[in-house]
Amino acid sequence: MPMPRYTFTLWRIAVFFAALVPLVYWGYQVAINAAGPEPGKYLLLNIGQGILWMLLLTLSLTPLTKLTRWKGFTLIRRQLGLWTLAYAVAHLFCYAVFILGLDLSRLGSEIVRRPYIIVGMLALLGLVIMGVTSNKWSMRKLGKRWKPLHKIVYLVLGLGLLHFLWVVRADMEQWVLYAAVGALLMILRIPPIARQLPKARQLAKRSKRAHA
Amino acid sequence: MLIKIAKTSDLRESDVTPESVYLSRRRFMGGLAGLSAGLMLAGRVQAAASDYQDVPAGNPPGWFDSKLKEAEWDSVVPADRQLDKLTPFDDATHYNNFYEFGTGKGDPARNADSLKTQPWSVVIDGEVNNGGRFDLEDIAKPSRLQERIYRLRCVEAWSMVIPWLGIPLGDIIKRAEPTSKAKYVKFETLVAPDQMPGQDSSFALIDWPYTEGLRMDEAMHPLAILGLGMYGRELPNQNGAPFRLIVPWKYGFKSIKSIVRISLVEEQPVNSWQAIAPDEYGFYANVNPEVDHPRWSQATERRLPNSLFNPNIIDTRMFNGYADEVASLYQGMDLRKNF
Repeated sequence: MPMPRYTFTLWRIAVFFAALVPLVYWGYQVAINAAGPEPGKYLLLNIGQGILWMLLLTLSLTPLTKLTRWKGFTLIRRQLGLWTLAYAVAHLFCYAVFILGLDLSRLGSEIVRRPYIIVGMLALLGLVIMGVTSNKWSMRKLGKRWKPLHKIVYLVLGLGLLHFLWVVRADMEQWVLYAAVGALLMILRIPPIARQLPKARQLAKRSKRAHA
Repeated sequence: MLIKIAKTSDLRESDVTPESVYLSRRRFMGGLAGLSAGLMLAGRVQAAASDYQDVPAGNPPGWFDSKLKEAEWDSVVPADRQLDKLTPFDDATHYNNFYEFGTGKGDPARNADSLKTQPWSVVIDGEVNNGGRFDLEDIAKPSRLQERIYRLRCVEAWSMVIPWLGIPLGDIIKRAEPTSKAKYVKFETLVAPDQMPGQDSSFALIDWPYTEGLRMDEAMHPLAILGLGMYGRELPNQNGAPFRLIVPWKYGFKSIKSIVRISLVEEQPVNSWQAIAPDEYGFYANVNPEVDHPRWSQATERRLPNSLFNPNIIDTRMFNGYADEVASLYQGMDLRKNF
């Protein structure tokens, strides 16, 4: 059954506000003094994990579309990609302001000296490249090259996970969870497996009919 | 049917002093006692505990209470108490690392209730003539509690100022009568996964028990203490109750918590963090602004609590500001190599 146009508009607006909710929540925690004695670090770490949620959500849209054929998932791909970038920029902002105290000379030296910062900056650079080429004009201009260019999202995922791994000090649980979800989303893109996704949908449909 | 006729002398419920009024009176009296302590040195011993009025009372064993009455308050304090203002109790007890209770900074306060601190005994063994298993009370008994207001510099580049209550580590080592082979002191934290949920995690990288060590001369240094309390009361569980190390010129992870074993040994022990990441954490772990952690600079620190508008970033001082007292311990040593 085709959905009316405005349903998709509402869906996109709902996704927009849903992506805003974590930022508002963390900001509220800071405002009511519930974020502990180091609110800048609280924002830095939470937004950092937010980047990974956004990235993994973005990467789940293609397999979900294949599985369900619902157009809505494709429609929010650019938006979630841009949210990933926005979270990443906010994360860098927190680092520069709350950890380095806006000492820009230190920002320069830290970026070249610390491998995990370098890796994080490279991931951000990848997001920026995808962000600035995400508009229709760039898509037309880049033509066939647009799709391969945006495959750097896989590289960004790898760099992001590596950056996070370096921060983990003594408990791997969270990191392993993110890495497992990331690995699953990658596996679902391997062509023979990706081809099975629409079939899985048909199978589900058939068994549903059989039960009815 | 019973008919109750009120007598004029009966108290009605509305006559009872509201609890808030009663408590505020106590606070007022406490404030007076604190004031007199500041003015009169003689009154210091009885009055000082009430300096920490916003600090909730704990549930200490009786022997701790009697030691508290004879405590030597302000035994060591920062030279500039405006610059090194005390960190609020709530921050010092709700933002710290104690991986036995989880890796988040709020996890210790959330999870440490399950730790059973009474009774508590400590094994003192190794190269000593007077070793054995001792009740904490007996270990503490011969020494007077001293208040030490120390800066605490975490290796993660944040810092606090905390009023500890403890006894010199050197006292305890001397009483154990070390042999000539005793070159290092090794400490171990309790292992009890049923009380310490972090030890139950299969993703933890620490090989329990958490282990730390000091060179003999470091351990004998008068600034090194074994802590039993903070903010005029016994240690809260999440801060390493009932018995922890405090070495103010070293990064916080050296100050091992909830100690159950102290061994005098001949070989340099491998401390837990060194075992996990030897390129990042050394044995000495002296606070040193010139030697960076591989992942971040140690030149500055964020003095907590801070805020979004004031990250409160200050310069880190050599040996955390205790260079006059401890620098001689490391004379001739390459502190870049022995980080």
